[in-house]
Amino acid sequence: MKRHRSKLYLIAVLAAVGIIARFETSISPYYYQIIIYIGINAVLASSLNLINGFAGQFSLGHAGFMALGAYTSAVITSALHLAPRTIVAYPLFALALIGGGLVAAVFGLLVGIPSLRLKGDYLAITTLGLGEIIRVIIQSLDFLGAARGFTGIAKLADFFWVYAVVAVVVFTIANLVSSTYGKGFLAVRDDEIAAEAVGIDATRYKIVAFVTGAFFAGIAGGLYAHFVTYINPSQFGFLRSFEIVVMVVVGGMGNIAGVIVAAAILTILPEALRAVAQYRMVIYALLLVVIMISRPQGLFGRRLDLKRLVRFLIRRSAPSGKGTA
Amino acid sequence: MSELLQQIINGISMGSIYALIALGYTMVYGILRFINFAHGDVFMVGAFVGFYVAPLLIPITGGSGLLTALLVMLIAMAVCAALGVAIEWLAYRPLRSRPKLTMLITAIGVSLFLEYGGQLVFGPDPKPFPALVPSTMIVNSKHLVLNSNALVVIGTALALMLLLRYVVFRTRMGTAMRAVSFDHRAASLMGINIDSVISFTFALGSGLAAAAAILYATVYPSINPLMGLFPGLKAFVAAVLGGIGNLYGAALGGLIIGLLETLVTGYISPVYRDAISFAVLILILLFRPSGILGHHEAEKV
Repeated sequence: MKRHRSKLYLIAVLAAVGIIARFETSISPYYYQIIIYIGINAVLASSLNLINGFAGQFSLGHAGFMALGAYTSAVITSALHLAPRTIVAYPLFALALIGGGLVAAVFGLLVGIPSLRLKGDYLAITTLGLGEIIRVIIQSLDFLGAARGFTGIAKLADFFWVYAVVAVVVFTIANLVSSTYGKGFLAVRDDEIAAEAVGIDATRYKIVAFVTGAFFAGIAGGLYAHFVTYINPSQFGFLRSFEIVVMVVVGGMGNIAGVIVAAAILTILPEALRAVAQYRMVIYALLLVVIMISRPQGLFGRRLDLKRLVRFLIRRSAPSGKGTA
Repeated sequence: MSELLQQIINGISMGSIYALIALGYTMVYGILRFINFAHGDVFMVGAFVGFYVAPLLIPITGGSGLLTALLVMLIAMAVCAALGVAIEWLAYRPLRSRPKLTMLITAIGVSLFLEYGGQLVFGPDPKPFPALVPSTMIVNSKHLVLNSNALVVIGTALALMLLLRYVVFRTRMGTAMRAVSFDHRAASLMGINIDSVISFTFALGSGLAAAAAILYATVYPSINPLMGLFPGLKAFVAAVLGGIGNLYGAALGGLIIGLLETLVTGYISPVYRDAISFAVLILILLFRPSGILGHHEAEKV
């Protein structure tokens, strides 16, 4: 019953995205770019949320998966000489994105395997290390442009593509974690030993989380590559990974809506704070520490209850005629 | 042959610097079971303290020399020790009873804060570190260049490690540290003040990081606010390689990583310089997570 409804929701969102996409030319290019970045970051943050928030495996190498997806899909579309606004381009672009996602997923599996033995700090550093290794390898491969970067990628990603992917990814993750199967992620996160004791295959859950998260991150990377049309290895350093982690932490680990809102806020914030751009990372860093000390569940807690938030805002703004708040 | 010798000398000198940093990781891990991600950035602050203090000191001590170098190092160590204690007090202490993940994320936050705060305060571009010890060539042939700096680095690092060994194994505070790392509750029941032991550990580790920074800047006299990142990560790998929580392991791991890195740079390609230590980390974690000298710890419910 619930599943049926959420499928309707997905179709409705996709239709809405399709309609809004008709007006994309009327948005100024600057705002358009920010809107696209919000979508890409939302996909990245949601996919990391599955690994960090739901399965409780701390990963610091998300930019590595993104890089794999970006390079793989860029190589595919460049080899096929896809040009934007042609009929064949779009289905092939979709395949290229999926190809990028699959390569990232294979590496996600490779990262997932050590995560069976490692936890917490060790896993964080190992994933960070793997992310760096991926970057160094790309940097040493000449056919990928090495440190010069990969140029001339067709600009295939647009509003429709990005937000269609956002809708599908959020739909998939939300359904996955709320399904009976998906409750296992939460069990593994909350207490691995207890979860094992009641017959949950923790190993399998961790790998599923890593592979799925990496797959979506790879797709986000593909979208990114086909929007900026130029990629180089330094765009996928560990700072990128940190940024994604901050989005998840600020939004609340395991809070799907919260993480998307956080991704949007943290994409807009640096633009809004252009004047004080040099403070951006300092503010991020302080935000992390302060949130961890005062609100470790994230700004919006475990759940972002939109209805309650709206009611709260109305009550706040309404004239308090009765004298009681 | 002499090229190999050259690489080995460079490797040991680099490795002893990694070892000093690794000791800070391993001590904090031994006591709090937590990886202090900001350790590499405390190292960076140490280098900058040296950078700003040295020009003030040189007129007083009359030129560069061992005395100046020693004073600069001591001041940097003192400042960083205070910084380490402050970080622990402000950021980690409020979280001590929370899940480990919370502390880890906080440590990343502190690390980023020091890096980017450093860029604001010190400026983002590299700065030339003054030569504190006059470097003289001991051997300078076509194949082998032996600089006195390498010997100064190795000698200082060794002296500091011996000093640390004395502190940890021979003093009252060291005994308390070992007791706390063994069992927090039992130690506090024996009248040990856990908080002050933890503060002392942070001071000791951060001081060693600052000393390592001065040595590092003597070898590579260009410093910048992000310089702590890779030495920090590699020292962490060294600590894990040797067996985290084990002081001898940290020293051994540091030397191995330093040697490996210079050999890879010299014989394969400098591109892999930063990646090799991560590869070592992944291998060691897969095949012997407790490290070379560590012992396995069973997980309890």
